[in-house]
Amino acid sequence: MPASTSKTRDRHRHPGGGDRGRYQPKGRQVEDSARREVAALLSGVELRRDMLIEYLHRIQDHCGQLSAAHLAALAEAMRLSQAEVYEVASFYAHFDVVREEEAPPAPRTVRVCDGIACEMAGAKALQTMLADALDPTNVRVVTAPCMGGCDCAPVAAVEHNQILSATVEAVDDALKGVAAVLPDMQGYAAYREAGGYALLEACRAGKHTPETIIEALGAGNLRGLGGAGFPAGRKWEFVRAEPAPRLLAVNADEGEPGTFKDRWLLGREPHRVLEGMLIAAWAVGASDIYFYIRDEYTAIRIRLEKEFRELMMAGLCDGTGLYLRRGAGAYICGEESAMLESIEGKRGLPRHKPPFPARRGLFGRPTLIHNVETLYWIRETVETGGRGLRAYSVSGRVCKPGVKFAPSGITVRKLIDEHCGGMAEGHVFKAYLPGGASGGILPASKADLPLDFGMLDDQGCFVGSAAIVVLSESDSIAAAVRNLMRFFAEESCGQCTPCRIGTEKAVALIEQPDWDGALLEELCEVMAEASICGLGKAAPNPLRCALKFFPDEVLP
Amino acid sequence: MTGFTVDGQTITAEPDESIWQAARRAGIAIPHLCATPQPGYRADGNCRVCIVEIEGERDLVASCLREPADGMVVTSSARATKAREMIMELLLTDQPSEAVCELTRWAGIMGVMESRFPIRDAAAADNSHPAIAVNLDACIHCTRCVRACREVQVNDVIGMAGRGAGARIVFDMADAMGDSTCVACGECVQACPTGALLPAQAASEGKKVHSICPYCGIGCQVTYTVAGGRISRVEGRDGPANKGRLCVKGRFGLDYINHSNRLTVPLIRKDGVAKTLDGVDPADPSSHFRDATWEEALDVAASGLKRIRNRDGGAALAGFGSAKGSNEEAYLVQKLVRTGFGTNNVDHCTRLCHASSVAALMETIGSGAVTAPFAEAANAETIIVIGANPTENHPVAATFIKNAAQRGATLIVMDPRGQALKRHADIFVQQRPSSDVAMLNAVMHVIVDEELYDKQYIEAHTEGFDALVEHLKAFSPEAMAEHCGVPAETLRAVARAYGEAKRALIFWGMGVAQHVHGTDNARCLISLALMCGQVGRAGSGLHPLRGQNNVQGASDVGLIPMFYPNYRPVGSEDARKLFEDLWGTPLDPEPGLTVVEIAEAAYQGDIKGIYVMGENLAMSDPNAGHVREALCRLEHLVVQDIFLTETAAFADVILPATAHPEKTGTFTNTDRRVQMGRQAVEPPGDARQDWWIVQEIARRIDLDWNYTGPADVYTEMRGCMPSIKGITWQRLEREDAVTYPCNAEDKPGHEVLFGDSFPTADGRGLFVPAGLVPPDETPDEAYPFVLTTGRQLEHWHTGQMTRRATVLNALEPEAVCELAPTDATDLGIAAGEKVRLTTRRGAITLAARFADRIPKGTVFVPFCYAEAAANLLTNPALDPFGKIPELKYCAVRVEKI
Repeated sequence: MPASTSKTRDRHRHPGGGDRGRYQPKGRQVEDSARREVAALLSGVELRRDMLIEYLHRIQDHCGQLSAAHLAALAEAMRLSQAEVYEVASFYAHFDVVREEEAPPAPRTVRVCDGIACEMAGAKALQTMLADALDPTNVRVVTAPCMGGCDCAPVAAVEHNQILSATVEAVDDALKGVAAVLPDMQGYAAYREAGGYALLEACRAGKHTPETIIEALGAGNLRGLGGAGFPAGRKWEFVRAEPAPRLLAVNADEGEPGTFKDRWLLGREPHRVLEGMLIAAWAVGASDIYFYIRDEYTAIRIRLEKEFRELMMAGLCDGTGLYLRRGAGAYICGEESAMLESIEGKRGLPRHKPPFPARRGLFGRPTLIHNVETLYWIRETVETGGRGLRAYSVSGRVCKPGVKFAPSGITVRKLIDEHCGGMAEGHVFKAYLPGGASGGILPASKADLPLDFGMLDDQGCFVGSAAIVVLSESDSIAAAVRNLMRFFAEESCGQCTPCRIGTEKAVALIEQPDWDGALLEELCEVMAEASICGLGKAAPNPLRCALKFFPDEVLP
Repeated sequence: MTGFTVDGQTITAEPDESIWQAARRAGIAIPHLCATPQPGYRADGNCRVCIVEIEGERDLVASCLREPADGMVVTSSARATKAREMIMELLLTDQPSEAVCELTRWAGIMGVMESRFPIRDAAAADNSHPAIAVNLDACIHCTRCVRACREVQVNDVIGMAGRGAGARIVFDMADAMGDSTCVACGECVQACPTGALLPAQAASEGKKVHSICPYCGIGCQVTYTVAGGRISRVEGRDGPANKGRLCVKGRFGLDYINHSNRLTVPLIRKDGVAKTLDGVDPADPSSHFRDATWEEALDVAASGLKRIRNRDGGAALAGFGSAKGSNEEAYLVQKLVRTGFGTNNVDHCTRLCHASSVAALMETIGSGAVTAPFAEAANAETIIVIGANPTENHPVAATFIKNAAQRGATLIVMDPRGQALKRHADIFVQQRPSSDVAMLNAVMHVIVDEELYDKQYIEAHTEGFDALVEHLKAFSPEAMAEHCGVPAETLRAVARAYGEAKRALIFWGMGVAQHVHGTDNARCLISLALMCGQVGRAGSGLHPLRGQNNVQGASDVGLIPMFYPNYRPVGSEDARKLFEDLWGTPLDPEPGLTVVEIAEAAYQGDIKGIYVMGENLAMSDPNAGHVREALCRLEHLVVQDIFLTETAAFADVILPATAHPEKTGTFTNTDRRVQMGRQAVEPPGDARQDWWIVQEIARRIDLDWNYTGPADVYTEMRGCMPSIKGITWQRLEREDAVTYPCNAEDKPGHEVLFGDSFPTADGRGLFVPAGLVPPDETPDEAYPFVLTTGRQLEHWHTGQMTRRATVLNALEPEAVCELAPTDATDLGIAAGEKVRLTTRRGAITLAARFADRIPKGTVFVPFCYAEAAANLLTNPALDPFGKIPELKYCAVRVEKI
């Protein structure tokens, strides 16, 4: 090259300049080591978008955290953006996302349930004691929403190993590696021996038609026992009328504080649920079944995996895909459409309806969705015509809390007296939650109302999942409402304004000693009117009940 | 049509219209925040302020989501109004200020002025990005920005993380915006209804001027806000090409027009000062140039040209127009050269971008322009993007390609370099540089072998297929796999995805064109489309993505040496006669020299005088050291530009011209859309309109020109260009954009061409087989790497404009080359360290950027940096047909300093 141009170049003033540039492409780059580690954790897996949460579990389980480096590598491998992975990971409570400048969590995690039943049973004190007793560099002690062990409150978990009736000693033992007790459930062989799966086989053999089964469900008045109470058979008809492929999603994500019936049923008689599931799949012609179970029920999930394998080996799933999917700590995913989003590997935001899932559900396909308990009763309803029972989860100040099979429409007084051995010693019945956190609060003076669908509407309450939490004179209504509203604020998905800001402002208002009843009532009304899903619509129920039934306790 | 009532008024809804949309169209205002009428935005129904009551329904519903039914009675009832007001009160609670925005405007209309709720802690502001200020305490979680980033522009930077009250907008993984992968398209700013996302530079309100973006060939329509004589804000307008979208350059890159380096008075070289770049400072030209009056400067400029013409003949002169100027300006420059200089030595930078594509297209289908607009991506089943990096070079077109991929179209990306589009591709093919013909022949081999071609189409519309089939026999995927570095199975997959598609589009860019076999590359793509019948229908076609805002138009109006306006060949007796009559002067029957040839002729002394309007060949042309030497040797160089460019440094006379927003004119985008650019601001100082300058030169070299302005020029142009017959100036003023060809003033233009026949002699498309031609210069021991050049997102062409735009310069301030990290490590180079790149033609020094997308053995250099000009290194070897230089491939040595 001519020497002149070389000199020229150096002395010509060019446009631009000033700062130093970037020496890598924009944004966080994927580190080779992270790329390799993620590839190793996911080896042999055909990467699918809907499995994102499962992959996040793998990394979290293995590394005790989700580092930004690993998330970036996962995003690259899945051809997702970092934002898409981050927003999903950060939505779920059981994922610990750790950015570069943040400290990773302590190696061990103890969660203490702060559900209302556990709080009444001294969970706060337990948490304080644990925090004092344990080395924070080794163990972090955090609160967690209702873990579904309200009959054995307080509940804690070491990692995902649940400790019922938790004490400092029990937690310490668990930290030292005392293995979790797997539920003593009825296995496949035992269920089969007791006549299980005969109905399913009869259906498949043509001894029943979907129509006759649907008719039987109608006659037995089987309703959706997740809380909505929609007639099960009608749902099947809707889904059957839609074009194939159709899907079945099982909702085992019971997170409603006070509710533990799914844990109880699956922990004892899982195959009764699974048979109901397969009959439903057969009736609506579902090509695939997605069984979504909350992450809190680790022991059950592990056992279910085994039972699923047995089912498959027995050939009972032939022609039908059966997939067990694991939640990740989000109450909202018990809302059916949020659950569908979560199964698709997304944040659990409830969908707008219409379209209803029966028309456009999972992966856009017509989808039948059932709660565990609904499926549990299918066999009995068809075989016996149904006894009109349902599973009431009773907790709080009763002598013998637990899941009580009782006739639909039983009163709380009867439940306490006839099923729970009366009030716990030294406690005087004062109030009760008829339907978990969202069903409202009723005073003892209304203990003779039938606990059934639609029967509590006049009170501004509902029975929902039939989670009955009994409060006594030693319990503060204001404290209970604060507990419940904090729960909703933490578990709101944040999608719509009335629920996201409404729950946050409601908490702020009721944390104050003097409640502004008029403003709270105004707020509650609009949350109930304008929220997208049941969470926001029902979140005001306990607060409104408190204002209505217990004004002396909460208003100045 | 659905009939229903809203608040007692009976209205109708189109299919798929929501209650809110239908009401809006009927002039009924329902408050809304998360919904926006901007095109491409899905309703989300999250803010709930558009809630209405429907008679007979229990729940209030979001009117933005709900479709009306016949006879439905919708009301903003007391119940709904109460809910809206409370929601608005909740939203206002944590708003940091009462600045005017959509939120406060609706609050005002609804009469909600204050909140009774406790305030939460404010979020910290994020001012890490030079273009966008983030204040999330004003965020109302409407997710418009998420949809903007993910569903409209598909850049996927913004997410909504966390949940409940802890939910928050994040960039990547809650990174500072300035540290994220954000490409600063600003769509989120345009979408945001509050002050959460604002331009970093506060924008004053002022008059609105509708115009078009001055940058790439996409032709985005913009609305300028002009305050105090300056452009204070640029927003995307719902034009046919961009549907409201813009990229970082268009939205944040316009303040170059206010830069202190703008030329404001004519300059004349000082007596006795040598022609050199040495020591020339665009901020202060006084070392080499003196100020002059327009009269003197024009006289000196014109007299020099006239002297050479009269002494040595027209062949000793040449003229360069610009693909950045308007159609009218390009038309005047070519007319000046042809009628005033007496030569066809007129060309522009199209030679450096799609000359080979145009050569192949003209040869095979008789037309050099795209056969379908890029918007047809929406209708395509399969899309091939080859040798193009649209997310950086045509960012807005890329958004539509990504939209198509999201919709489910099969996207095939073929490029030796990785790129952002790769993530959206169903098949990503990373072929070896310069192996395109082998690769495409192998793909066609499979299509023939597996009979995926369209027999009927081939018989009805093409010729030469049998010869091509014979030719392709030697190109089985297995035989070509190693040569291209692509597994045979991948080549087969590409063939099947394209061959089996009902509608398929091919986009290509410089990676195809800038090779000595660029014409062959394009021939292969054309053959591929022809054999599958993928031309002339919706969702199908051939689309070379044009690089500059008016490169299509400048070529159309004859700013190329072998064609008069409308591609009438200079060599044709009839054509010449037509223009001799029109222009009233005899014309040179010989086609002129092309860009690189002109520079060489200047170097040799055959060309003695050059007139340059808005080109920067000292930066843009290959072997730029040689070009600069050629410019030194000229007897007379006139440069008309807005800045003292590296080319202007060698000028005898410099004429200060106008920037894009300072003038009115028509511009033709990559889709063949003729669009109206409108003057928004006055040119600085004594800078003058380009058309006026050209006319003044013309008058001084004995041409009797009396144009009164662009409209006048356009009318003459339209008279000799049947393709724009139906597009009058008045129509463009009214409609802003009309696609050509357009035959009648009351008819729309033709978007998709050649459904019936091609504009060739027999109406058929021609298959032209292409063999393997190696690159002109391959790596060896002394120069072991492959050098490839191109653009960056933030910088355009030679950087004259973009490097003087505050935001763009802040984003990419320094010359860098991109290296594969493994290569860099092998050479002991750390990221950010200076490296020297040396080729047989020159050497430059610049910083190293590590980039995974660069294949081993390759180094990429953007050509916009004067301090490390890539074109000092590039090889001027030409494609024999298109005369395009091989800017995408030469041998280079990389050394740590």
